[in-house]
Amino acid sequence: MSEKHTISCLVENHFGVLARVSGLISARGFNIDSLTVSTTEDPTVSRMTIVVDADAQKLEQVKRQLGRLIDVIEVQELKEGEFIDRELLLARVRVNGNVLPELLKLATRFGAKLSDASDNSVVIEAAGDTKVLDALVEQLRPYGITKLVRTGRVALEK
Amino acid sequence: MKGAQILVECLKREGIQVVFGIPGGANLPTFDALYGSPIQVILTVHEQGAAHMADGYARATGKVGVCLATSGPGATNLVTGIATASMDSIPLVAITGQVRTFMIGNDAFQEADTIGITRPITKHSYLVKDVKDLTRVMREAFYIASTGRPGPVLVDLPVDVTLSETEFVYPEDVNIRGYKPRPILEGQEPQIKRAAEAIAKSKRPVIYAGAGVIRSEASAELIEFARKTQIPVTTTLLGLGAFPESDPLSLGMLGMHGFEYTNYAVAQSDLLIAIGARFDDRVTGKADEFAKRATKIHIDVDPSSINKTVMVDIPIIGDVKQVLRKLNQLAQGPQIAEWLNVIQEMRRKYPLVYREKTKLLPQYVIQQISEVTEGNAIVATGVGQHQMWAAQFYRFNRPRSMITSGGLGTMGFGLPAAIGAQFGCPEAVVWDIDGDGSFQMTAQELATAAQHKLPIKVAIMNNQFHGMVRQWQDLFYQGRYAQSKVNPINFVKLAEAFGCVGIRVEKKTDVRPAIERAMTVSDRPTVIDFIVEESEDCWPMIAPGKPHFEMLGTFESLKQEGGIPQYRHVKPEEADLSLS
Repeated sequence: MSEKHTISCLVENHFGVLARVSGLISARGFNIDSLTVSTTEDPTVSRMTIVVDADAQKLEQVKRQLGRLIDVIEVQELKEGEFIDRELLLARVRVNGNVLPELLKLATRFGAKLSDASDNSVVIEAAGDTKVLDALVEQLRPYGITKLVRTGRVALEK
Repeated sequence: MKGAQILVECLKREGIQVVFGIPGGANLPTFDALYGSPIQVILTVHEQGAAHMADGYARATGKVGVCLATSGPGATNLVTGIATASMDSIPLVAITGQVRTFMIGNDAFQEADTIGITRPITKHSYLVKDVKDLTRVMREAFYIASTGRPGPVLVDLPVDVTLSETEFVYPEDVNIRGYKPRPILEGQEPQIKRAAEAIAKSKRPVIYAGAGVIRSEASAELIEFARKTQIPVTTTLLGLGAFPESDPLSLGMLGMHGFEYTNYAVAQSDLLIAIGARFDDRVTGKADEFAKRATKIHIDVDPSSINKTVMVDIPIIGDVKQVLRKLNQLAQGPQIAEWLNVIQEMRRKYPLVYREKTKLLPQYVIQQISEVTEGNAIVATGVGQHQMWAAQFYRFNRPRSMITSGGLGTMGFGLPAAIGAQFGCPEAVVWDIDGDGSFQMTAQELATAAQHKLPIKVAIMNNQFHGMVRQWQDLFYQGRYAQSKVNPINFVKLAEAFGCVGIRVEKKTDVRPAIERAMTVSDRPTVIDFIVEESEDCWPMIAPGKPHFEMLGTFESLKQEGGIPQYRHVKPEEADLSLS
């Protein structure tokens, strides 16, 4: 059965490593939900958090194929409940009439912030795990989301 | 020391004696540094030839093959050769020139993103931007290419880096934190014990051995394992030679054009022991039908090979040689006398078969080459029908004697690979069994062979077709020969133009004398143009997508057309003469 899995990789902080990882994933036909890269406490090492949509056999292949890359130092699957994950969301939402107070209340409930407010729109900035942000997006939809961006998941084991 | 000299010094330290390549603008400093060095530099006609020669050299010797090309078109011409090596896990280091570092990305003359182009077909690659990194990179490149599951590594060297000076410091150790070929057998003992238990209680076991046995030099251990347990052995195309076909336990090749009895034996097995093989689709046919009654043991150095296409029960991750040594200590032979009788009966009942035709048959020619060379030649091949007939009718008895492109299926591989093999094994008799289609793709490398007076022998199975394509068109495209007919070529004249001996053979009685004459030529290549039957098909065959026990061109179907059985794993006195 296909489901979402979070893989955390430590990789060499060289040029071209992202191309190796993303190239491998596309060449092997794996479905990727999100991929984030950033530096770590060690400046020579980057962490990639990859969310893939795969069944158990395919997931095992993704991990093993990633492990074959020379620039990949460590591959770890983060299992449900054993990690903290967050992503950042920015959404520009229409402000029609007097909905601003409502939006503010909604944002507060989700621990989100309102920024860059103009006459007819506002940017909502939220951080949280994927499910929370999915819920926020659903609640914002009726107001009219004109632009939406999410960073993709970053995760650390507990 | 200049970068180019550092490179040559590194090659010397790695024990490299011969490299293959072509100079050009971006690798002139490298060739200049090689000029006058003890390393033999073989100029090829085309860079693809250089890559295949390095590959053939590596397959024949087990050492790392090295090829060189300039930037841009030189590098892109290597691509087919690198991909061929990658698919078959061949240790290769390809060194390409690159435009000056400050020009990279500017669409400079003869610039190509070589690293980008070769990323999916290399085990690893390096763009060296600083000469100070060069010794480390070269050390790592050879280490990565030759350890674990071997493969090609590419080093892209901008011309200014090869001209820059730095002190030569050769790193004694390699330390790559993302690449630790698994410590031998660590943590695998319980799995090996489980395997030994499964072997002891099996009733119908079969060993399925692949190229991993050859790559890890484990042929002796495989032979010991099979003889100790009396389990019959089939090999993949790339595994041919890993187990001697003269051994009574040999089942020859399995798979799409494998032996009928071999595929039946695998289908009926209750235990399949895969050793250094990867359940390739040409072996399995429809994957979920493959040996589906069998418990499967899979020994492989590459964890990603496990459960990739066929799910296995007992994976053992490790070097094949080390695992087999351990298994040989533990394994007890199962009670399988009955099974061996079944197999023997199938060997007698379902032999290979062909029917005499007015024109010469390629199978017969290959049988004769096998007999004259007593199975002791190194045989390179192109890709297609002739390759499968070589696999079926040549009797392979030694590892590294079959040099063929399995995974990528690269036509044109045979001649340059034979040349590379002859450079690696100067004393060996090297044959290229080729097709007229395949041969023409790299025929120009006859010039390289002639220049170095290599006594290689090229046997062209000339059917004036892309024969395997023609066979599929007959089977699946209503005989519409869309562009499969090859223009007739006078290969004798072609051979002579290159300074080789050319012989044309049309009659059966001339086959043996031509082969014997080729064996006496010692100072140049010999090309024998065997004019063979155009419509001959390669049987048996698992049609694409079909289970591996459902074959076309079985003995039963062909004997009705007057086919004559050709026994390969049955002693003459045991052959069932009532069938012929």
